[in-house]
Amino acid sequence: MSSRSALWRPAARLLAHAGPAIAAVLSLLVAWEAYVQLSGIAPTVLPAPSRIVAAGLGQWQSLATHSLATLQATTLGFAASLVAAFGFSVLIDFCRPLRRALFPVLVISQTLPLVAIAPLIVLWFGFGLVPKIVLVALVTFFPMLVALVEGYAATDRDIETLLASMGATRRRRFVLVRLPSVLPYFFAGLRISITYAVVGAIFAEYAGSRHGLGIYILNAKNNFRPDLVLAAVFVSAGITLLLFGAASLLQRLAMPWTRLAERTP
Amino acid sequence: MTAPHLQLQAVGKRFGAVEVLDDVSLEVRPGEFVSILGPSGAGKSTILQLLIGAVTADSGQMLVDGLPLAANDPHFAYMPQRDALLPWRRVLDNATLGLEVRGTRRAAARRLVAPLLEEFGLAGFEGHYPAQLSGGMRQRVALLRTVAQQSGMLLLDEPLGALDALTRARMQAWLAEMRLRHGWTVLLISHDVRETVQLSDRIYVLSRRPARVLREFAVPFPHPRPPTGSPALAALEAEILAELFKLEP
Repeated sequence: MSSRSALWRPAARLLAHAGPAIAAVLSLLVAWEAYVQLSGIAPTVLPAPSRIVAAGLGQWQSLATHSLATLQATTLGFAASLVAAFGFSVLIDFCRPLRRALFPVLVISQTLPLVAIAPLIVLWFGFGLVPKIVLVALVTFFPMLVALVEGYAATDRDIETLLASMGATRRRRFVLVRLPSVLPYFFAGLRISITYAVVGAIFAEYAGSRHGLGIYILNAKNNFRPDLVLAAVFVSAGITLLLFGAASLLQRLAMPWTRLAERTP
Repeated sequence: MTAPHLQLQAVGKRFGAVEVLDDVSLEVRPGEFVSILGPSGAGKSTILQLLIGAVTADSGQMLVDGLPLAANDPHFAYMPQRDALLPWRRVLDNATLGLEVRGTRRAAARRLVAPLLEEFGLAGFEGHYPAQLSGGMRQRVALLRTVAQQSGMLLLDEPLGALDALTRARMQAWLAEMRLRHGWTVLLISHDVRETVQLSDRIYVLSRRPARVLREFAVPFPHPRPPTGSPALAALEAEILAELFKLEP
């Protein structure tokens, strides 16, 4: 295999992979643009994509600052959520009754309407970073915990029996078998939760904040600038995609054996 | 006659309402290759589960070198029915697993196992992941992992069951040769009569569940045996098959 083809092949595969998605998004934007141009709908009701992009570029500095604030809240909140979810998952794995005790409470935590809970959390924790972290953690903690707990449960019984036959303790088996086994479940949870995380952060900002896309959207709405609202929405979609891609990349790096499966000696 | 390495005396086991083992008595002497043959679902695997401590016996005794088998004391290197390789570990690191669990450092364990790769037909594949290997190679990795534990005795649970006929025949010949060269003590679970006749020094035939030892066959032919069989082996195979056919309900 030449180095040239080794370089090109992943790029070509990526293009073949992303091609249909790019085409779908582009045709949606073209249809939208055409509708706005042909129907003569007022830009204060529905701005065309071209207008949204132009407005967004005109305010790019402000958008960038607010995006960074949102990104910070998202990653910090999500990191806190991951640490907590992992800690609880280990506790639950080693102490099964805990699962029965905790899961109902956690399910209830997922049924709380964000609209109601976000202003309360801002009320309790102020306008700083903390309420955002709390809200992001609240939305992402449970899906991550469920993914981890189910991942442990899906561990290959034969492998565990084998390790027990070698004299491995429960803790040793956890590290040697259950932790690596959980990785696919962990990453599946990660990719789903990271999209919730961005929404959670924006919601917290919307409920009251100094920085962030949420407050930017609120201000744009109050100033009757749907173009800027949608520009911020585009940016948040971009951030979500970026984080989703990062999670996928991380999975590929962390689990090289899944990629090699198709290559036979 | 040498003293038995492993002795099972009137071992019984039930899972809830299902009586799996009724009264199983058998022994394995040092350096001996013993097989347990029986219809599927007879509880053959349960015997190995008892030995590795995954389940506990309800009655009877299990002795190793005359002493009762203690839990958490790995006297045996166990090879499960499915190869149970860890998909995230490369071949070499799968092979060293048992040593690592016993506290050998990874580097030291690798040094111990590396010289065996050649013999197991795995040289050059030490960096591969299990998913990249063929069925026969996976079984050899699993066997290498078992042997590398340096236990007194190997417990093999239908190690070749998942292989195609030709690979299986090749692996049997290879296993017979390896065992002869290394002098392993082996307890093999199988439902393949030809395989047990080809490999074993003695064969226990189990009844249907609840299992008892129906009959014990000696296989008094010298190793290495011709991998394509011989009239004497075929005659014994037929005799054992006849015994198994009697079991049909």
